[in-house]
This record gives sequence, C-alpha cells and structure tokens, in this order.
Amino acid sequence: MSNATRINRIKDRAFKYIGLFCTLFGIIVLAIFLIDILIKGIGRIDWAFLSSLPSRIPERAGILTAFVGTIWILILTAIIAIPIGISAGIYLEEYGKKSRMANLLEINISNLAGIPSIIYGLLGLEIFVRIMHLGNSLIAGALTLSLLILPIIIVATREAIKTVPKSIKEASFGMGATKWQTIRQITLPAAAGGILTGIILAISRAIGETAPLIVIGALAYVPFTPESPMDEFSVLPMQIFNWISRPQKGFAINAAAAIIILLAITFVMNGIAVYLRNRWQKKIRW
Amino acid sequence: MNKSCIYILLIFLLSSCLDSNRFDEKSDKRGKIKIDGSSTVFPITEAVAEEFNKIYPRIRVSVGLSGTGGGFKKFSRGEIDISNASRPIKDTEIESSKKNNIDFVDLIAAYDGLSVVVNPKNTWVDYLTVAELKKIWEPEAQGKIMRWNQIRPEWPDEEIHLYGAGVESGTYDYFTEAIVGKSHSSRGDFTASEDDNVLVQGISTDKLALGFFGFAYFEENRDKLKLVPIDDETEDNGQGPILPSVETVMNKTYAPLARPLFIYVSSESVKREDVRIFVNYYLDNTKTLAREVGYIALTPKDTEEDKKRFFDFCLKYSNIKADSLENERKSN
Repeated sequence: MSNATRINRIKDRAFKYIGLFCTLFGIIVLAIFLIDILIKGIGRIDWAFLSSLPSRIPERAGILTAFVGTIWILILTAIIAIPIGISAGIYLEEYGKKSRMANLLEINISNLAGIPSIIYGLLGLEIFVRIMHLGNSLIAGALTLSLLILPIIIVATREAIKTVPKSIKEASFGMGATKWQTIRQITLPAAAGGILTGIILAISRAIGETAPLIVIGALAYVPFTPESPMDEFSVLPMQIFNWISRPQKGFAINAAAAIIILLAITFVMNGIAVYLRNRWQKKIRW
Repeated sequence: MNKSCIYILLIFLLSSCLDSNRFDEKSDKRGKIKIDGSSTVFPITEAVAEEFNKIYPRIRVSVGLSGTGGGFKKFSRGEIDISNASRPIKDTEIESSKKNNIDFVDLIAAYDGLSVVVNPKNTWVDYLTVAELKKIWEPEAQGKIMRWNQIRPEWPDEEIHLYGAGVESGTYDYFTEAIVGKSHSSRGDFTASEDDNVLVQGISTDKLALGFFGFAYFEENRDKLKLVPIDDETEDNGQGPILPSVETVMNKTYAPLARPLFIYVSSESVKREDVRIFVNYYLDNTKTLAREVGYIALTPKDTEEDKKRFFDFCLKYSNIKADSLENERKSN
C-alpha cells in the first residue's frame, strides 16, 4: 500500500468519527437536558398538578388554566392557519404565473419564516389587540400565532405538491378533468401526507412560543379556564417562564414538571405527524 | 385526521367540564379585575388574588407579567385596573394617563431589600459603603475599576466580576438611582440577567463575584452566598454598616437599598365596587402574604397611610358618600 493511500484511509476514518461525534453532540446535549428535567419534574406530575389553579405555594400550584389555554390556542390556531396556509400554497404552486410578482411573493414568504417571533407579537398587539379591539383574548393570541406559522404551512404545502409526479396530473388533464378537479382529486390526496406533517410541525412550534404572547398580553395568573375565544388566557410556556424566575426551589420543580407536559404534547403531535405520513405513503400507489 | 380531531376536542371538553363545578356559591359578587405589570410585584399580587378568589369566587382577578413599563403603558390607556410597579411612575407615563383622563393612587404593596452579595469564599469584604458601590458601578468605572484592590488597597489584587439585574428591569433602575444617583445609568461591562436565579448561580460559583438582587433570592440561597452589609454613612438612619433583614428593611435603617413595591389603582376603576373590595382586601392582607412570597411587609403605620390615601382616592372619584364607603370597607 502506498503512503498516499494510507493517509487517505486515515482521513476517511477520521472523517467518519468526526461525523459521528457531530451527530451525537446534539443528541447528547438533548439527552442531558431531558434527563435533568425528568429527574427534577417527573415526581411532581400527578392529577392535582394537572387540575389545580396557579398558587403562591409551589406544592399547591397546578397548570390547569395554562394547559387548557394551550389546548384552546392549539385548536384555534389550527382552524385559522390551516385553510389559509393550504390555499395560499396551492395557489402559489398551481395557479401563480412565473412572473416577477410571483418571485417577489416567494422571497417574501421565505423571509417571513425567518422573522423573530417577537416581531409577530408586536404586529398582533397593534392589529388584533388594539385596532380590532380583541384585547388580550384567546382569539388575538391564536391570530398572532397563525401569522407566525402561515409561512411554514405555505412552504410545506408547496413542497408536498412539488413531489406529486407531473405525469399523474397530466393524465388527469388528459381524461378531461378541470384544473380544480385535478387538484382536489389527484394532487391534494397525493400530497396530503406531506402537508399534514408540515401543519403539525408548525402547530407544535406555535404552542411552544412565549415571546409573541407576552407582547400581546397573555397572562400568568388566571384563576379560571377560558370559556370562549374572547376570554383572557395563559399558556404553558408563560407558566414555565413565570415559575423559572421565582426564588423558591419548589417553583423550579413545578417548571420542570410543566416542561415535561409541554414536551409530551409536542411529542404526541410529532408522533401523529409521523403516523399520518406513513399511512398516506402506503395508501398512494400509481 | 377526523379521529385525531375528535380526540383533541374530547380532551378539551373534558378539561372544561372539570372546571365548571369548581366555584360554589360563597359569594354572589361578580366582577372582572385586570392587573398587569412588574414581574417583581407579581408574586404578591398573585398571592392576594389567590386568597381573594376563595372568598369572592365570582370576581375574576387576572394578573399579567408585561413588566413595569408595559404595565404602565396599558394602565395609561385604560386597558387595566391595577398596575404592578417596582418603581414609581415616570412623568411621561403620568402625561399619557392624563391624556386619557386617568388619575391614579400609588399604594405600597411591600418592601424589598436589594441585597449586595459575594461568594462565601470571599473572606476580605466585611462591608461596603454607598460611595464604594458608586465607585464600582458608575458609568466612568467601565474598563477602569477592574480589581478588588482598586476599591480598598488592603483587598487582594484580583479581578472583580460584577453581576446585576438586566437593564430593562425595575430592579436595575432602582439600584442605579440609589447608588449612582441617576436612574438607568451604570457601567455596561457586567453580567446582566433578567432572571435573578441566573445571577445566584453565577455568584455562587465565582469567588471574585459581586452582585445584587432581591432579598428573596438571597433568602432561598443563604448557604451559597454571603451577604454584604451596606453603610450609607449617614447617622440618622442607623449607624455603621447594616445588613438587609426583615427588621432593618421594615424600620428603614437599611438605606438606601430598601425599595418599595407599588400597586397603582386607576381612577376609572375605583368607580367599580369589585375593584374597591379587592384593593381593600389587598391592603388588609399584604402583611402576611408578602412575607410568604419572600418580600417584607409594611409597618402598621404604612398600611394605615395606604388605606387612608386609598379611601380619599375613592371618595374623590367614585361618587359614593364617605359613610357608605366606610361601611363597604368594614364589611370586607
């Protein structure tokens, strides 16, 4: 074996281990974080923790209002953002002409996805809370978060539609179907798995947001669960944010427990996303 | 898709059912009180609201955390009834309240002793004077006062590491006002955090550290920190260096770092019975509740003064006669 080959072999192996280290690095950091949180918080989670109101006494405090608020926000945000996001995605991918205007729209949507979330909070505060007089209500929070995740849903929809083979669509046109018929019966069902995955990931992001909700005035102490979209609310990240900065040790444990609940919700959502994607992929055959 | 929708709806319905039986009929007084503002004052107001809720389950009190400045912004627009504040209202904030015809009364909710702390391994600091603190923290100190022996020559020739409250907080405003003499003005080269637990963490692991934060954070971490007595070099409020404690903050000898925490009540809101009941309840109960959440209660004299000022404020704005206001207060 020549010297050069040997050096190349060593380089090759070295890169393999560097790559492995890089892959593990992120996972290990995440694992340390998760284990730390689990050790601190898991013992605190019981029915009383889930069903109690916030309190000044850490052992008596619970996450009922924050949990219910998070579920409300999740559902309302989904109702608002999904139809708008999917429709916009379909338009841009299937109808939008390739023009300078379309390019401009495209660049803007990609940029929107990268804007810091607190900016959306300021936008929501001005438009929904003040101009539309919605106050610091659930609906104002949900509208703000919808804006935040719209770009993600639009991009996911477009990507999913792009994966549908052109030949299938053309076959549909060849059978005399209109554009709308093709989209409804061919393109959308084929792209549904990808679209759903995008939606669920976007909503998982929305329920973890704190900054925009603090700006629009989500509360930290609400002794009642919201009953209508116009009610004031708290969400889990707000409760965690509040607890984590309190001096008493008991609140740090509560925060860890609330983080576990929030992570559990996100994991369940991601699980649903994976499940749906697999199911749809199996169903589609051509 | 349909299935998962139904599950989510079910969870949501279940959780709202759970709650609807929660309130039994102890009192029929209804109302909705909105409070927002400082996260420092939040624990006290939360505690009062929690106890209040047990007696008046139908008066819904909600408390936000948008910070003292954010709270006053909403207060001056008439969006909230009560503003939690860790500093007095500023002139600009008074002006914008006036524009919306909102007057206010400032009531002291509790006291806090801003505590100056070092690492327990720090053996040399026995006390600090206000002048020394000023020398350390004033803007001119930036890049210059970097070693302990620059403060007092007999102290070691080692670096000094500074930790303090984030510049957006009322704690920072108060500390700079009391020490440097001008609010919001200090050197910039220190480790700043809005979360005091981060400062505790930093100081407890750094032998050369010096920092400040609220008394409650010291109390919870006594074993990891060393408190520094402060000497303001004036005789009339206690001689020599004084440590913050419940006593020295209450009798105001821990000057100038004992700070009041406020609630501001809007003149529009005291027209409503629910707000008056709540504020009276607040003033009656902060004594015990403030201590529970780590702050220092008012003296009976301060409380009486608060009550009197609130009474006069109600008299001025609520269009209710003095004797019926008095009855309302007593029946509380």
